[in-house]
Amino acid sequence: MTTETLRRPPPGSADPAGSGRNRPRYRRHRPGIAYLFLSPWVLGALLLTLGPMLASLYLSFTDYDLFTTPNWVGLENYRKLFTDDPRFLASAKVTATYVLISVPLKLAAALAVAMLLNNARRGQGFYRSAFYAPSLLGTGVAIALAWRALFTDDGVVDSLTGQVGWDTGGWINEPDYAIYVLIILAIWQFGAPMVIFLAGLKQVPQELYDAAAVDGSGRWRTFRSVTLPMLSPIILFNLVLETIHAFQAFTPAFIVSGGRGGPSNSTLFYTLYLYERGFSQFRMGYASAMAWILLLTVAAITALFFGTSRRWVFYAGENK
Amino acid sequence: MTTHTATVSTGRRLRGLGWHVLIIAMLLLLLYPIAWLLTASVKPTDEILSSLDLLPTRFVPENYSTALDGVAGISVWRFFGNSVIVAVGAVLGNLISCSLAAYAFARLRFRLRGPLFAFTLLTIMLPYHVVLIPQYTIFQKLDLVGTFVPLILPKLLATDAFFIFLMVQFIRGLPRELDDAAEIDGCGPVLTFRYVILPLLKPALVTTTIFTFIWTWNDFFSQLVYLNDPETYTLPLALRLFIDQTSESAFGPMFAMSVLSIVPVVLFFLAFQRYLVEGIATSGLKG
Repeated sequence: MTTETLRRPPPGSADPAGSGRNRPRYRRHRPGIAYLFLSPWVLGALLLTLGPMLASLYLSFTDYDLFTTPNWVGLENYRKLFTDDPRFLASAKVTATYVLISVPLKLAAALAVAMLLNNARRGQGFYRSAFYAPSLLGTGVAIALAWRALFTDDGVVDSLTGQVGWDTGGWINEPDYAIYVLIILAIWQFGAPMVIFLAGLKQVPQELYDAAAVDGSGRWRTFRSVTLPMLSPIILFNLVLETIHAFQAFTPAFIVSGGRGGPSNSTLFYTLYLYERGFSQFRMGYASAMAWILLLTVAAITALFFGTSRRWVFYAGENK
Repeated sequence: MTTHTATVSTGRRLRGLGWHVLIIAMLLLLLYPIAWLLTASVKPTDEILSSLDLLPTRFVPENYSTALDGVAGISVWRFFGNSVIVAVGAVLGNLISCSLAAYAFARLRFRLRGPLFAFTLLTIMLPYHVVLIPQYTIFQKLDLVGTFVPLILPKLLATDAFFIFLMVQFIRGLPRELDDAAEIDGCGPVLTFRYVILPLLKPALVTTTIFTFIWTWNDFFSQLVYLNDPETYTLPLALRLFIDQTSESAFGPMFAMSVLSIVPVVLFFLAFQRYLVEGIATSGLKG
């Protein structure tokens, strides 16, 4: 205790504003304690993250089946995936469709409702929470079961669409429509990005809107020239997170299709097929190759978002 | 002049009213599936799929007693208990390990801090499937598949990087003078963490608790992978087992069980919705 006090610089020399320049330096001398705090993290990072990442990369070049020693097969898994596995290609197509349709629509709904709520004079807190509720419940099995029942043949939605003369022949049993059942479920959970948009809208300075009004800008023009650019960092954030999220969707597809990805592979999500290969057929090497393709795809898309963001993301205080 | 103001305010009030009507109409549409699920749980089975009416013609509370009987001779309370063990274990794990790591990243100095923190941020984007198969192999070799260990241990080892990030951001917002004052009083990092940082970190800890609990409660994928004995099943797995075993003939009890399974999430939501929604708004967490 006394040594610590002695190591400190005399009180007069301490930085009065506390901005950090003349901060006590003892922390520098005790890196051991930092690693003590970090020890659970270090174990997790090595044993459960970094190690497994490298192991799965290795396994993706083998025929590992969980029970016997893996044999090196080179690029065979990857070759088979792309040239000799129609189910894989179907799952990639289903997932791409799901991501491409659900993410933009979900974000559009989130932004639209956030803008509506942002004008609230009263009750904003209540509405915000109420719109958020589906985001919380929607990821569970219970809602997926409800969805399956709502969209089944002659179920509530089928009856309603039938009454307005739109006969789909059932939703979850029609290959052309089944994926939309899951897309609608995803869009229904727009509450989470909405709350983030709402927080972002509060940061837009009122002066900008006043200036736009003085210039005689209409609503659309104000939206294009003020709201969108000011929100663009948050749009990027939501876009990245929702895309990563959508690529990994599993529970709804598993429950709605009874774990099979049907009808005719129309709801065979990428993760569903990965699960089937790995944990039903124990083709762990093959599933590892699929996991790495997923990782590379997600990384490439994230990099693309960040790479192009310079052109469309506007950071306040930046010189144009 | 007065008439003019009067018309303006009437117009504004009408617009305000129109706004509320629009929002409430949207909410009703949005919350319909949840209301449907609630009423389906007390409908006779033959009425659930076909009827467009939200309210049942005949009120069937027996669905709940059938649901409580459970599946495969195992009571629903057992599944409930399993879900609670997994969720509470995950919450404790995240609270302890993430706060320790966050304090080190935010306040302590060590050589690898920059790269290690960057690695943590990158793992937020890492798809779980990439680490799943080797993790599974490890737990299988240790004979731990079928236990709750693979579901809880990763949280104890701070693999939920998002919460580390959340807490680091929060600690960085706390005034450094507090740490300095504690140091003058003779506190080392351990005591400073315990008596200065941890109490102030409470809002971030609450957010972590709520989200870890709800995510773990709703989680299906990792529980599906790691639990293989119905005795250890959590509620999501029990629900699925229920559909398989009754082959959709018992819709009423199935939805009763669904409602039971979301009760804790709804209670958490109602109790903490302010923190929850603000937690997302400030940290960017998702549902």
